[in-house]
Amino acid sequence: MAEHSAAKPFYSVLVLAFVCSALVSGAAVGLRPYQEANRRADQKKNILRAAGLYRPDTPVEALFADIETRIIDLQTGAWLTRGPDPETYDQLQAALSNDQGRPLAKQDDIAGLRRLEKYALVYLVRRGNKTGQIILPVRGKGLWSTMYGYVALDADLRTIRGISFYEHGETPGLGGEIENPRWQAAWQGKKMYSPTGTVSLRIVKGKAAATGDAAMYQVDGLSGATMTARGVENLMRFWFGEHGFKPFFDRRRQQGGIDG
Amino acid sequence: MAESNRDLLTRSILQRNPIALLVLGICSALAVTSQMTTALVMAICVTLVTALSGFTISVVRFQIPNSVRVGIQITVIATLVILIDQFLRAFYFDLSRQLSIYVGLIITNCIIMGRAEGFAMSNPPIPSFIDGIGNGLGYGLVLLFVAFFRELLGSGTLFGVEILPLATEGGWYPRNGIFILPVSAFFLIALLIWLLRTLDPAQQEKE
Repeated sequence: MAEHSAAKPFYSVLVLAFVCSALVSGAAVGLRPYQEANRRADQKKNILRAAGLYRPDTPVEALFADIETRIIDLQTGAWLTRGPDPETYDQLQAALSNDQGRPLAKQDDIAGLRRLEKYALVYLVRRGNKTGQIILPVRGKGLWSTMYGYVALDADLRTIRGISFYEHGETPGLGGEIENPRWQAAWQGKKMYSPTGTVSLRIVKGKAAATGDAAMYQVDGLSGATMTARGVENLMRFWFGEHGFKPFFDRRRQQGGIDG
Repeated sequence: MAESNRDLLTRSILQRNPIALLVLGICSALAVTSQMTTALVMAICVTLVTALSGFTISVVRFQIPNSVRVGIQITVIATLVILIDQFLRAFYFDLSRQLSIYVGLIITNCIIMGRAEGFAMSNPPIPSFIDGIGNGLGYGLVLLFVAFFRELLGSGTLFGVEILPLATEGGWYPRNGIFILPVSAFFLIALLIWLLRTLDPAQQEKE
């Protein structure tokens, strides 16, 4: 390990940096197709899971054949007829870009998103010519991390058919319980909107009301994860509020329902 | 070389366990031990990285200028970790999602750095490789020990399979919340260190 000359440290570090960066970028580029395929399959799996259609023994692609992907304009609530291709549209990237995203004002930003995209993906579950349910991507801040998930609504655009979260960094065992299928199952059949059209769903501490009007709008909290549960409630309030999917739902109702 | 390869492999498991005797790598031992599966994968990854980085650094140890050796070690380790991370993401997607940030944190695992600096820099490649495997196994053993109690008492499962039916899901076992939190790993590791040093007084530090 004798020092030969003053320049030696420089070129040995240079050579090493070159070799290492070649290895790392080689692996990143070479493995990207596999990683992308995994990510897409995982997203589809979670879309199916939210809708309650996921079967572990059937390939995801086959189950996904009944699902139509479309893009809507969040502000106007209209279907997007031209513009990005639903197959390749990256909603998260769009939020960050200048032409397809915009910064959110602080008082509107209850889900802690900072930026919101103009167009959102929606997934329609086809039953013959009719739409059985609609699955919507949602996201928002929990205690530590941004939580990403899907909410499936019935064709009445009020009743929740299921939810799933596919990415988050909450504490495993506490906030991480948002992944727990038993907790997610408790959302099924709850009403997102009251008859007047306001987002009325609440996550309550402890046990939700079992009977009466309140039972339709309440979901059990997660013990030890008050902040995460609050985050989930806030992201629901945001995404089903006027900056989220509400204009889209209003428009669909005016035009005679989801297939109108 | 006074020690045979066999000694190199086994001494790090009980006599010179990196966590219990050298008290290295505690940070990740707290983070990944809430479930057996993540602990096992973490142990395998750390073993691979320690062995391969020891080997690589030992091969080029005469070329490494003394003044920049730590930087070079870190670069080699970081490269290996990124390669493993990319590989996991491509072929074991579910596991890589569970481990998420922890794989990246292998870079900062003090055991790997410690073995690179303390052993590989002054020993030939093959013994360095074996020493890395041994330390990885020693680390993995402690991880699995801690994870066994944390997952069993905290979530009532082992490797995700239900052992104690939880009271919250209709069973009889009220889960012990402290075992889910990282702090419980401190208690478990402390108990393990106490146990090892009682059984093998040679490990005790002199007053």
